[in-house]
Formats: sequence, C-alpha cells, structure tokens
Amino acid sequence: MTGAAARGTRRWREGAIEAVLFLSASVGVVTTVGIIVVLAVETFEFFVQVSPLEFLTGSVWSAMIRPYAFGVIPLVVSTLMIALIALAIAVPLGLLAAVYLAEYASTRTRDMLKPILELLAGIPTIVLGFFAITVVSPALKATVLPSLGPFSALAAGIVVGLLVLPVIASLSEDAMRAVPRTLREGSLALGATSFETIRKVVFPAALSGVMASIILAMSRAVGETMAVLLAAGTNPTLTLDPRDSVQTMTAFIVQVSLGDTPQQSIQFKSLFAVGATLFAMTLALNLLSDWLVRRFRNVYE
Amino acid sequence: MSVLARAATTPRFEPALMRRRLSGTIFYGACLAAIGITLLAIVILLYDIFTRGLTHLDLNFLTGVPSRIPARAGVAPAFVGSLQLGILLAVIAFPLGVGAAVYLEEYTRASRLNRLLRTNIANLAGVPSIVYGIFGLALFVRALGLGYTLFAAALTLALLILPVVIISTMEAIRAVPASQREAAYALGATRWQVVRGAVLPAAAPGIMTGIILAMARAIGETAPLILIGAVTFVTYLPQPFDGGYTVLPIQVYSWAARFQPAFQEISATAIIVLLALLVLLNVLAIVVRVRLSRHLQW
Amino acid sequence: MVSDLREGIALTETTTTTSASDPRARIHLAVDRPDGHSDDHDTVVEFRGVSCYYGAFRAVRDVTLSVPRHEVTAIIGPSGSGKSTLLRAINRMNDLVPTARTEGAVVFDGLDIYAPGVDAVEVRRRVGMVFQKPNPFPKSIYENVAFGPRVNGFRGDLDELVERSLRRAALWDEVKDKLRSSALALSGGQQQRVCIARAIATEPEVVLMDEPCSALDPRATLQIEELMRELSERYTIVIVTHNMQQAARASDMTAFITMDEARAGYLVEVAPTLKMFTNPEDRLTEDYISGRFG
Repeated sequence: MTGAAARGTRRWREGAIEAVLFLSASVGVVTTVGIIVVLAVETFEFFVQVSPLEFLTGSVWSAMIRPYAFGVIPLVVSTLMIALIALAIAVPLGLLAAVYLAEYASTRTRDMLKPILELLAGIPTIVLGFFAITVVSPALKATVLPSLGPFSALAAGIVVGLLVLPVIASLSEDAMRAVPRTLREGSLALGATSFETIRKVVFPAALSGVMASIILAMSRAVGETMAVLLAAGTNPTLTLDPRDSVQTMTAFIVQVSLGDTPQQSIQFKSLFAVGATLFAMTLALNLLSDWLVRRFRNVYE
Repeated sequence: MSVLARAATTPRFEPALMRRRLSGTIFYGACLAAIGITLLAIVILLYDIFTRGLTHLDLNFLTGVPSRIPARAGVAPAFVGSLQLGILLAVIAFPLGVGAAVYLEEYTRASRLNRLLRTNIANLAGVPSIVYGIFGLALFVRALGLGYTLFAAALTLALLILPVVIISTMEAIRAVPASQREAAYALGATRWQVVRGAVLPAAAPGIMTGIILAMARAIGETAPLILIGAVTFVTYLPQPFDGGYTVLPIQVYSWAARFQPAFQEISATAIIVLLALLVLLNVLAIVVRVRLSRHLQW
Repeated sequence: MVSDLREGIALTETTTTTSASDPRARIHLAVDRPDGHSDDHDTVVEFRGVSCYYGAFRAVRDVTLSVPRHEVTAIIGPSGSGKSTLLRAINRMNDLVPTARTEGAVVFDGLDIYAPGVDAVEVRRRVGMVFQKPNPFPKSIYENVAFGPRVNGFRGDLDELVERSLRRAALWDEVKDKLRSSALALSGGQQQRVCIARAIATEPEVVLMDEPCSALDPRATLQIEELMRELSERYTIVIVTHNMQQAARASDMTAFITMDEARAGYLVEVAPTLKMFTNPEDRLTEDYISGRFG
C-alpha cells in the first residue's frame, strides 16, 4: 500500500471511530432532552384537564378518591417537611463527622472510618425503609411518642437523614481537606486553639463546599422514594405535624403505578405532572449547589 | 496564669486558655459523639436485620419461590432477576459509558462542546432515580413497545448509572500520566491507537471498579423498577425479553409492606441476600482493581 | 517530491559510513570546513526561518539550522530558552498542544513537514523520540518495543525486529531471558534503553532525545552517551541537554540557543563541538560555556 492510500484509510477509520465515540457521548444529551420532552408532553396533556393554577396552588390532593382534586401543595409540603427533618439530623451529624475526619482523625482512623461511611452510603434505600418500620417507628412509639401511628413523617425523616448523612460528611470533608495547610498553620502560630482554627479559618474557607453538600443532600432527600413510602405512608393530607402520616411526591408516583390505573386516566397523567414538579425541584437544587461552588469557591494560589 | 503572661507588660492579654481549651474539648467530644451515633445506627440496623432474618436463611429460601405462606417462601426468582438485570445493564452501560468518557477526555478536551456535555452529565447524575423510571416507562415500555420486561428495566437502569460510569471512567483516564500518551504519539500512533494501546490499558483498573460499583448501585434500586412494571408476586424464573420478572429489592418491599411479623422476617432474610450480593460485588471491585493495577507503578 | 512512505518496514542494512569511526578524526575533518558542515555528511533535517508560538507567546524565533546526517547534534542553552520546543518541532509533537503554531519550514528528506497534506503520524514514525523521564508502557519489555511497529502496520518478523532493536540499544543481553516481564521492573537506565529500543523499532531516520540522562545516575548516563555514539552510525541523533560536559563529550555538532528580551529562543551559534567549546565565535556562547550565565 502506498503512503497516500494508507493515509486515506487511516483517516477514514479514525473518523469513523470518532463518530462512534461522539454518539456514545450524545446519549447523555438525548436522555436529558428525552426526559424533559416526556415530562413536558404528558404534563401538558394533564393540564388540558386540570388547570395549572389549581395544580400549583390547590391545597387538596385526592387523586384516587372522589371527589378528585389535584392541588399539589400537600405533596410538596410533605416532601419538604421530610427533607427538612432529614437535614436536621444529617447536617449536625454529618458536619461534625466531617470535621472529625478532616481535622482530628489520624490517617489510620480515617482509613477505617471512611469505608464505614461508604457502607452507609451503599445501603439500598429499601433497607432503610425497612429499618424505619421495624426499629425507628417502634422506638419512637416506645419512648417519646406513645400516640404515634405506624406511619409518620418523623420516622421517614430520621431514616432519610441517615441516608443523606454520608453525602454531607463526605463532601464537606473534601471541602475542608482542600483548605491549604498554610492557612491552618498561620492561625495556630498566632496562638489560636485547634477548635478556634476550625471555627474561624477552616470552616469559613470551606463554606461553599459545605453549603453545596447540604443542598445536594436536600436534593437527594427530595428525590427519595422507598424509604418514605414505607415509613410515611400514602395519606396525602396537608399538614405540618411530623407525627402525621403523609405522602410525598415520590410516594404518590409509586402508588399510581402499583395500582391498576388505566393508562389514559387522569390519575395516570397526574403521575407525570407530579414527576415534572419533582424534576424541576431537584434540578433547581442541583443548579443552586453548582452555582454556590462556582461563585464562592476560594482560589488558593 | 502562665509564666509568660505574668512577664508581659504592654499590651496586656487575657488569653483565658482554660476556657478556650474546654470549648475545644467539648467540641471534640461532640464530633466523637456524632461518629458514634452514626456507627451505632449502622450497627443497630444490621443487628435488627440479622436477628430477624437469619433464621429463615436456608436452602429452601434461596431456591424456592414466593408463597402466600411466609414459612415456605423463597427468593429464587428475585435473586435470578437481580443477577440477570445486573449483568444486562452492565453490558449496555459499559460501552456507552467508556465511549463517552473517551470522547470527552481524549477527543474534545477544551472545547465548549465538552463543557456542555460534561455539565449535562453532571445534571443527569443528580436526577432522582424515580424520574428515570418515569422516562423508562414512557420510552422503553410504551414508545418502543418493549413491554414490562427485564430488558426494558436493564435499559432504564443503564441510563440511570450511565452518568456515574462516565464520570468514574473519566477520572480513571485522567489519572494516566501524560508521558504515556506522549510516548505513544511519538511512535507514530494515531489518536485511537494511543487510546486503545496506552490509555485504556492503564486506566483499566479504575474503569472496571467504576462499572462494578455502578452495577451494585443499580441492583439496589427499587422505585424505577416499580414504575416499569416489575411485578411483586413472581413464581417463575424470569426470561429477560419476555414475561414478568422481579428483583430482590422489589421482593423485599412487597414482603415488608405487609405488616405481619412473619412477612417482615422473610423480608429481612431477603435483605440479607441482597446485602450479601452487594458485598460480593464490592469485594469483586477491590479484587479487580488490585489485580489489574499490579502492573502499574506510576 | 514526497518520498514514498512505505507501509511495511523493509529490512535494510545500512551502508558503512564513509567517515572514520574515530570521533576525533571526524571532528578534525569538520574543523577544516569553517562553516561547520562536512561534505561527507548531507543534511537530513533543515530548519528554515522556524518560529514556534504558544498562542501569542513566541517561544522560538527565526531559527535556521541544518542537522547533518549520521552525527550527534547537541542543542544547548539556558533553561526556558525553547530548546525542547525546537526539538519537538522536528516530529510535530508541538501539534499536540492546542495553542501551538509553527511558522517557517522544517525540511525533512526534501519535504517541509509542516506543509498541508503531510500527516504528522507518518512523520513520527520516521522521527523517533526519547523523553527526559523514562516512560515505558506498563507492559512487558517485548510489548513495549513491539508497540511502534504494530501500530504502524509492520509486516515481517516481529520477534527479530524486537531483538534487533534491543541489541542496538545495548540491552539485549540483559533482558533476553525476561522479555515478557514488566518493563517497569527494570532500573532507570535500563528503562531508558527500553525506550530507546522502542523508538528505533520503527526504523526511524532521526532519533530525538530530550535530556535523556537527566533522570539517571552517572553510570547509566555514561552508558547512554556511549550508546548515542554507536547509534549515530545508523541514525541521526539530535539531543537537547543542559549539561555542557555531556554535549562536549558526546556530540559532533553543537547549537547554542538562548533567550532574547522577549523570552523567545534564538540560535546564537552552531559549530562542530570541538570548535564550539575551544574557540567559539560569539561572545554570548563563550559566556554561557564558561558558566557566566544560565
């Protein structure tokens, strides 16, 4: 084969390979577009029958029982309530754990503890839901809340808190470890204690990463399904009392598909509308988290 | 007061060392307590599951099929379903994920297209798994007419773990030193030859670890599978392209959702099987990484 | 015209060089010609007004230089003066940097390798490179040496090619029993010789070496320098080094490059090595060689 011909074949082959690789990379874009299109189309069909205003501002949700009502506020409030309870647990525990791992622990201790955190992160959510109904709920009932029913937002929130704890601990630890040694040394050399250095120097420097981790944890909590389905139940009332049984957006979606709901029915369509709301919320939280990191990230020389 | 403080004249400091050190100690205690509580929670969880479920773990359970009578129920269809699903989705996600990662790391490094694709993947990684279930329902089950089959589930979950596979593969590729690429280019290799001959072999441990861990994550998923029609009472071994199927997490859910203690026990037993499978996969990931990186010494 | 770049690598026995093999005799011959070129050796690579840019920054300014065939040419100069950039212009490795741009012509075998239509991949088969820090692939010794021929579509006896390359790199006797073992298990000097064997396995005409001994101990360094001398009988060697003693010991021709006020590298002087180090023409050269700067 002469040089020119070999060049040609090689160029063609390289081009073909690059095209195949480009297609692989574009699967991601296709997926995103696909998700948005599917949600948008079905939600639009839903809005033909139920007005967007009623959906977004209505405070009664009754999709399966007549009279039907499709106000999504109860679902959203329940989701947020559980997410906030989860954060109330995960943020203090996670941050303290992160500080310990980043600032106090020896390398050997860290090497032992980090895999355990990974273990917690790897537990399937259904297992945590099981934990909620077999241990957490009964424990709450036996100790502080004797009148607690089998389902409660509180039990769900506690368990989801355990679920997202590794997110906060891991990402916050990374953010704190990224703070350069010289900053810490400067503080200590001025006569500050370890605790003061953490409080006044390391933590503020890592703040953007910490905040981003909290927002990401909230996003995870909002998107969680099985744990809240088992622990909180399917009662779509609008309430702010964590002792009540509530239904999150995700739990409703599952409820519809578990049943024998016909695919053209309004209930089935409402699944997509709720899904779209969920998607929009988590997307907003994720973008907020990204923005926080980009905007407030300290650049160290 | 320490000796130094007494000797100082102007300006005068009141270091209050004891109080400050006390706060530090309290804080340190709080950190330890946080770690302790977390560990305690994990221990209680595992203890509860094992005490509840271990008694039912026998050969009958592993080879039997679900039954209305808890004592006779088995987990074989779910177990086989999980295995089939895991392997199928890994096979689908692997070429797509590695191909995309190679494209992003080796072919378009600094361009705007690259940034767009990477932002897109990062966003996809944060989408709740149930939304993937909705998408899979609309696309694979309905639009493409695949029906409620294991194959549709594998496609859906492959999409779910794709961002994670791409990100971990990109990191593995990035860890390959530039000098390896330079050596290959200098020998007259084309870009693809450099990738295939020098970059991918060196990145292999990280890539394989990434896909195995992603597979483990997908096997633990429940919600998307409910959406795309995994059935909760399956008494036969599933055919991937054909009929109904179930997987371990779904089986766990369906038993746990009946609040009778007997069912909760076998739910725990199913959890033990699921956790064992996940532990095995994690161990496999470590073994693969160690064996493949024996030849690498950067 | 474009020489026909063959797909297969034919086994060629090089003709014995007409010059005397005694290095001192060669330099003596060259000194007779004050322009530094001996008629016995034609030019294999020629820079014609070459400038190299990284974006807006000019790293190399307007270099015109002829590299004689079958000799060792050393490029010396203070660090940051663009020596490596100049070297990498010969095998178009600068192309891998997105903002890099080369102006002027680099003529190899009668053809400007930067002309449109010239494939860099083919240039790199014919111009080999050895790097500062030994960078063997994490594969066996055999696989390392065979890599270049394989990607370039070698049709022939690969075992024989690998053995021949390892012999020419003065490594065969040390590794012939462990060809399938990992190249990373070898010492630094041995790894660098694997890299040399790997580079010459594609049968290049020119071998570029970018400070090949800076990561090696003195004994390994001397081995590589002796090897360069042997290799120059078959290949043309161009070496960048910051070690002047090495340049004086091991090269036939030396080119001195330094930075101007804009930090662009330019060619100050090129001469046979003996003349460069005993009687340089330019004041700057003399200052550098006597250690007054750089």
